[in-house]
Amino acid sequence: MRAPASDLPLVLANASVMRRDVTILDSITLTIAPGPLTILIGPNGSGKTTLLRVAMGLVPLSGGSISWGGRENASPERRAITFQRPAMLRRSACANVRYALRAAGVPRAQRHTRAAELLSMVGLDALGARPARRLSGGEQQRLALARALARDPAVLFLDEPTASLDPYATKAIEDIVQAVSARGVKIVMSTHDLGQAKRLAGDVVMLHRGRLVENTPAAEFFTKPCTEDARKFIAGELLV
Amino acid sequence: MAGEASALELVLTADPALWAIVRLSLLVSLTAVLLAAAIGVPAGAFLALTRFRGREATIVILNALMGLPPVVVGLAVFLLLSRSGPLGSWGLLFTPQAMVIAQTVLVAPIIAALTRQIIEDLWVEYRDELAAMNIGALRRVMTLIWDARFSLVTVLLAGFGRAAAEVGAIIIVGGNIEGFTRTMTTAIALETSKGDLPLAIGLGVVLMSVVVLINALAWGMRRAGERYAG
Repeated sequence: MRAPASDLPLVLANASVMRRDVTILDSITLTIAPGPLTILIGPNGSGKTTLLRVAMGLVPLSGGSISWGGRENASPERRAITFQRPAMLRRSACANVRYALRAAGVPRAQRHTRAAELLSMVGLDALGARPARRLSGGEQQRLALARALARDPAVLFLDEPTASLDPYATKAIEDIVQAVSARGVKIVMSTHDLGQAKRLAGDVVMLHRGRLVENTPAAEFFTKPCTEDARKFIAGELLV
Repeated sequence: MAGEASALELVLTADPALWAIVRLSLLVSLTAVLLAAAIGVPAGAFLALTRFRGREATIVILNALMGLPPVVVGLAVFLLLSRSGPLGSWGLLFTPQAMVIAQTVLVAPIIAALTRQIIEDLWVEYRDELAAMNIGALRRVMTLIWDARFSLVTVLLAGFGRAAAEVGAIIIVGGNIEGFTRTMTTAIALETSKGDLPLAIGLGVVLMSVVVLINALAWGMRRAGERYAG
């Protein structure tokens, strides 16, 4: 049904993003390969969102290079993203998912069943007929996840999916994320919540002021961080 | 108030001459709005989604054209369609078709300008999601128009209001010929100047009722639609 080409590994080499005179990402070198969930952590304004957008191919680089599965300028086939504030199409929840399925090239005959499966996977089976914009914040994030999963991604980028959600809604999202990760989808998720990072991370990538500060397995990151910035961040000191 | 009584009488007895006028008015204005939408919605969407040299100037001019004086449009279309004009051979002057053309010219800029604003605002909201879903250009436009459909209904109503209310353009290109190109607004203008106030008032009442009715229908559609689609 789909081209076997994967969007992984995702390779960034000295990737920089400048906007006017401001450096948003400063020479990031990073490889994202299949494996456990990667948490992208760092204070606000550290460049997490921009890095995810670059990785998705939505933001052009000012310098350096990026490739997906060895291809540069590859259109997003098997990668997907959810934004911190996802835009809901002015249709029902189910129609939002069907739209994403159609965009992903799923034949019409299969869309109905697939949409039901995806809604059920994110726990929205009872709300399929509801207008998407009437859903709560947590429900909208879960719908955005269902839309992203409609692309059958090899790699899924999540931009602070639980920011401004209550613990119950956060738990619901984290459960889905872990289930998706367990099925072999590579997940790169940004957060500034250390507790969440500890609960979910396989690897941790830490950004600070647009620079890559750490890129280590979670166990090491939390016990013996390599850099002073990471140590301070874990200790709960304010990184400024 | 003998005048008002006979106006009411005309309406209640469904005077055939009156209803012919009402029918023609609706036919001309609704056709013009549909044609103007077919031109204005895609044009507005195109202007919202593309960047080219002179785009800003185009938007300013388009916005200014929303205030196009009907008599000027009437004059321009008159010159186009008159016997010695470039389209004189079509023989359309003083026909309902000429009135449709004039009102289409009048309404299309309104629909295009408002559509441009609505689609551009929605595009800002949808841009990243649609890019992430790798949506192509044509499908992107269709998505935005479809998702803006409830706001666009209001735009069509604004266009219809403009068309149904104007008299300057259609009286010039239609000629207000009894039984052929006479509409509610041209008849009101004529009857008032002739001093037949009952007919003028009757037509005025009908015109207002029709406009309210069409707006009520569109409002109901919009509310029902929003309940199901948000």
